[in-house]
Amino acid sequence: MELLTNVLAATVVAGTPLLLVALGELICERSGVLNLGQEGMMLMGAVAGFAAALSSGSLLVGVVAAVMAGIAMSLLFAFMAVTLAANQYAAGLALTIFGTGLSAFLGAGFVGSSIDGFSRVAIPLLSDIPVLGRVFFNQDALVYTSFIAFAVVALFLRNSRGGLLLRAIGEDPEAANANGLKVLLVRYLAVAFGGGMAGLAGAYLSLAYTPLWTENMTAGRGWIALALVVFATWRPERLILGAYLFGAASILHLVLQGLGWKSSTELLAMLPYVVTILMLVLLSWNPVRTRLNTPLSLGQPYRPGS
Amino acid sequence: MGLCMTAAIRLKLENIVKEYPGCRANDGIDLTVEAGEIHALLGENGAGKSTLMKVIYGVVQPDEGRVVWNGHAVQVDNPAQARRMGIGMVFQHFSLFETLTVAENIALSLPPDEARNRSQLNQRINEVSERYGMELDPRRYISTLSVGERQRVEIVRCLIQETTLLILDEPTSVLTPQEVTSLFATLRTLSKEGCSILFISHKLEEVRSLCHTATVLRQGRVSGDCQPAEISASEIARLMVGDDTPISTRVTAAEPGEPLMEVSGLGWKSKDPFGTSLRNVNLDLHKGEIVGIAGVAGNGQDELLKALSGEIRADAGTICLSGQNIETLFPDQRRKLGVAIVPEERLGRGAVPDMSLADNALLTASGQGLVERGLIRSGRVREFSREVIRRFGVRCTGENSTAGSLSGGNLQKYIIGREALQNPRLLVASHPTWGVDVGSAVAIHESLVKLRDEGAAILLISEDLDELYQLCNRLGALCDGRLSPLAPTSELHIEQLGQWMAGEFESTEVAHAVA
Amino acid sequence: MLLLERRPVASSVMRWASPLLALVLTVITGFILFMVVGKDPVEGLKFFFITPISDLPGLAELGLKMAPLLLCAAGLTVCYKAKLWNIGAEGHFLMGALGASVMAVQLSAVNGFWVLPVVLLTGVLGGMIWAAIAAGLKTHLHCNEILTTIMLNYIALNLLLYTVHGPLKDPYGFGFPQSAMFSDSALLPVLIEGTRLHLGLAFGLLATVAVWVLFARSFIGFQLNVIGQDHRAAAFAGFRVRKLTWFAFLVGGATAGLAGASEVTGPIGQLVPQVSPGYGYTAIIVVFLGRMHAVGIVAASALLALTFIGGEILQIAMQMPKAVTALFQGLLLFYLLTCDAFIHYRVRLKKAAPQPTSAAVAAAPQEV
Repeated sequence: MELLTNVLAATVVAGTPLLLVALGELICERSGVLNLGQEGMMLMGAVAGFAAALSSGSLLVGVVAAVMAGIAMSLLFAFMAVTLAANQYAAGLALTIFGTGLSAFLGAGFVGSSIDGFSRVAIPLLSDIPVLGRVFFNQDALVYTSFIAFAVVALFLRNSRGGLLLRAIGEDPEAANANGLKVLLVRYLAVAFGGGMAGLAGAYLSLAYTPLWTENMTAGRGWIALALVVFATWRPERLILGAYLFGAASILHLVLQGLGWKSSTELLAMLPYVVTILMLVLLSWNPVRTRLNTPLSLGQPYRPGS
Repeated sequence: MGLCMTAAIRLKLENIVKEYPGCRANDGIDLTVEAGEIHALLGENGAGKSTLMKVIYGVVQPDEGRVVWNGHAVQVDNPAQARRMGIGMVFQHFSLFETLTVAENIALSLPPDEARNRSQLNQRINEVSERYGMELDPRRYISTLSVGERQRVEIVRCLIQETTLLILDEPTSVLTPQEVTSLFATLRTLSKEGCSILFISHKLEEVRSLCHTATVLRQGRVSGDCQPAEISASEIARLMVGDDTPISTRVTAAEPGEPLMEVSGLGWKSKDPFGTSLRNVNLDLHKGEIVGIAGVAGNGQDELLKALSGEIRADAGTICLSGQNIETLFPDQRRKLGVAIVPEERLGRGAVPDMSLADNALLTASGQGLVERGLIRSGRVREFSREVIRRFGVRCTGENSTAGSLSGGNLQKYIIGREALQNPRLLVASHPTWGVDVGSAVAIHESLVKLRDEGAAILLISEDLDELYQLCNRLGALCDGRLSPLAPTSELHIEQLGQWMAGEFESTEVAHAVA
Repeated sequence: MLLLERRPVASSVMRWASPLLALVLTVITGFILFMVVGKDPVEGLKFFFITPISDLPGLAELGLKMAPLLLCAAGLTVCYKAKLWNIGAEGHFLMGALGASVMAVQLSAVNGFWVLPVVLLTGVLGGMIWAAIAAGLKTHLHCNEILTTIMLNYIALNLLLYTVHGPLKDPYGFGFPQSAMFSDSALLPVLIEGTRLHLGLAFGLLATVAVWVLFARSFIGFQLNVIGQDHRAAAFAGFRVRKLTWFAFLVGGATAGLAGASEVTGPIGQLVPQVSPGYGYTAIIVVFLGRMHAVGIVAASALLALTFIGGEILQIAMQMPKAVTALFQGLLLFYLLTCDAFIHYRVRLKKAAPQPTSAAVAAAPQEV
């Protein structure tokens, strides 16, 4: 029981950065914009967060800096993909390559430094629930933030006029424009939200998960999050499940080693990526279902009246 | 005419000029619409109708000129402002969101405070739709509605916002004759209540029966104002196209020969829950005849075309070409047997927009000796392309122009020419003159008749009933993926065809159905 | 107010001017960046762009780095023309290196002219197998190729790490994670004596020419082009999209696999964990920057090869982080895409002149 609780708690921790970045991307994709630059934005968030926290001594300043860095990166993307109607695939790839390079460049001086990251805060009463209390309510502040973010995104999509607007624009920007909806503005906001969440996810990695900075520390989580959004068929409820599932896959090798199972670390480290492909297969083999769930205008450049 | 001269002037346009790179879409247009008037805006494709409507609706701003609304000069900055002023518009391509409900669609175009209370909104939708005889369920998803029902959503959406000028862009092209009658009844009610209607069309008979006044555009200018009920359709047509363009084709009688193609029991199940499945389609074609398929868009026309071309593989039934079963062959294999296809979408299916005309010839004509041992014979490709351009009077700067730079009519002539030059035994053409100028339409009709006279069988899928009646030997209609019996055109009354288009053909035994 | 306006016809001048403009902007940004971090910008840019190619050994190094870029870019061009977003060249490259190394180690005791071809072919096969997985996932299971190829890149990297830490680890390698050195008969011949430049560059140039011929003359190339530009037209014409997708992926896998094999049998001579500094990803930039055209790709691969060497020199000479390379590459792609927007759009200085609408643009030619 003790082991199970620990594993579940570690799963939530490992799933949190995925949940954060994927929630952002979900909103972004619902507006019809596919941002493949998650990896780059996360890395920039991670390095900005770490640098700011280290120099100011405040984790909160670090988090704010990370979110700002993510938003700044996403606005670069939005300028290319929304304003200039550039190919979204290429623009996203550019963002990832650029973010990887820039974060490594800026972070070169911080490699080897360490800070005291976020520590766990037990929520009174809730954390006393057997098993679940320890799993969900004895975590750090960023994990709780991810819960709130999830609730906000889910409610926003289901119940708000803004959510309706977002869905409409993602389905058919042309019709939305004819209806007088502000397509470009909404898309900018959606992309920026995605960037902020990616920055936050990056901050989680460098300020809570392993409180330090190394090059490429996201290790493909941005890409996994993109797969996660497909897996979730663009629905937040499935996204949270998926995020924890992937979280479990990524700590499985630690668990197995803990149980004394001898296997190569390199082989076990493949697991999250293999699981990602399997998930994609499971969700995509029926093209009709994918098509019915995908925001119809996803990935297609759009400029009003062109 | 029932309107007195002192009726309030609702909309007045003065000297509207709108220029785009390379063309003057509106070149000094004046237009006056009175309260309660049904005013037709007539003109060919490209005459400037769309641009003018967009100026009124605030989608684009004019470079020069004045818009006067209820006596005040205004600048309409965007559609939202136009709607607040009381201008509603139904585009030819509906601006509805398929994954949302009727009520959600309407809510999106209302100010936030009016849309907040959903049950109140539902009630308003019900009230408006009942009052004007347009039945609608606010909770249904758009994707489950027929084209006619979607149009009702668009109109109700306008009316719910107290519209005093309703602009309708080619509203009847997607309706059955019966639906047109009921739409006209609604519009007349609205007009009596004082709502002005701007009715954009190119169907002259409709305009003559519905509209009080008409303004005709040609090449961005007003070529005439008239009271359509008082002058003949051909006089209006002359105003539209000018004096030097032939208005209609003279179609000689066909002499059908031996049977060429026999389709029996053709079935195909759509994988898309909202798509149309083909069900038990039976069809036969003789050499030297044109058979027409009428129907409202989205009733399986595209699927039938694809099943015949080989783009989709039928689940059931057979397609026989001169005794050979071809239902398992790929499109290029069928093409080798003499099957030519002209799809509805000229750009993006019939031709690649950014490729040259020569490259577009290669798209379907590679079997004409244009490719040898896997390598392209570019000399022959250009030769073939030039031949098409010359023989079919395609106006362009040469075989290197991109397909996307041609006008709709010229590109269509090129596509039909590309297929015709391959000496097809069977030509399936879908909406060949849709969105095409009158001159090109006549040329296209003449090419089809010429092919027919050379012994080819032609299947013509169209929404344009005039075209079908003019060209075809036999006619049928598609509805919900089922094909009505085929009857000789001369014996098929338009009322009967309308019923077929609405799907009422199972009970009626048609004596003319060809065995 | 500045406004973007769609050009009536795409600008062909801009199509080729855009990469040059992007380069200029990158250099300007680099200049500013050097100043910000307190280094002499003129000196820095000289180290980055001039020093590496100022002598013959430098040029040979450039050719050495161009070889894998050219090979990967050639394969990616075939995919991208058909709008198949294969970003798995890195994975194909690693599998090629891995396959070739396994074979080379197996044949380490054998001499013969056939050893090298067999080793290279195994590498090609390794790349093709990796690409075939992505192709099958796309054509039969409808998985998005971007995500599958990137995952396969990570899997390939871990597989390679596993191999050098495990089965292929040199027992006499003092515990370093690397394979034994290959025998001489498994090594590529050197092109210029006294440098490390090897036959791989010839492979790269050949592949570039072959791809050029494919798209300039062959019907397969035409069909791939149509698939990329207009999927529905390809279906209408009856092109076998599935087969062609496989073709593109397999070519992509084969060339990148050959690049990986050439790298281990060329300058390195054994399998090491850092066999690729990211050639597979950089090749993506090469393809875009080179306009998917042979001449452009050769020029672009030279430029990007330079960023690898320039980054190394800066690291040594000016104590800059090695990431300068990735930063320059990212900036370059970024500016390129921005400049590319002006192929289809132009900037107009006018107040309140909204965009022409689609219908009006389509109608435009009819009006005249």
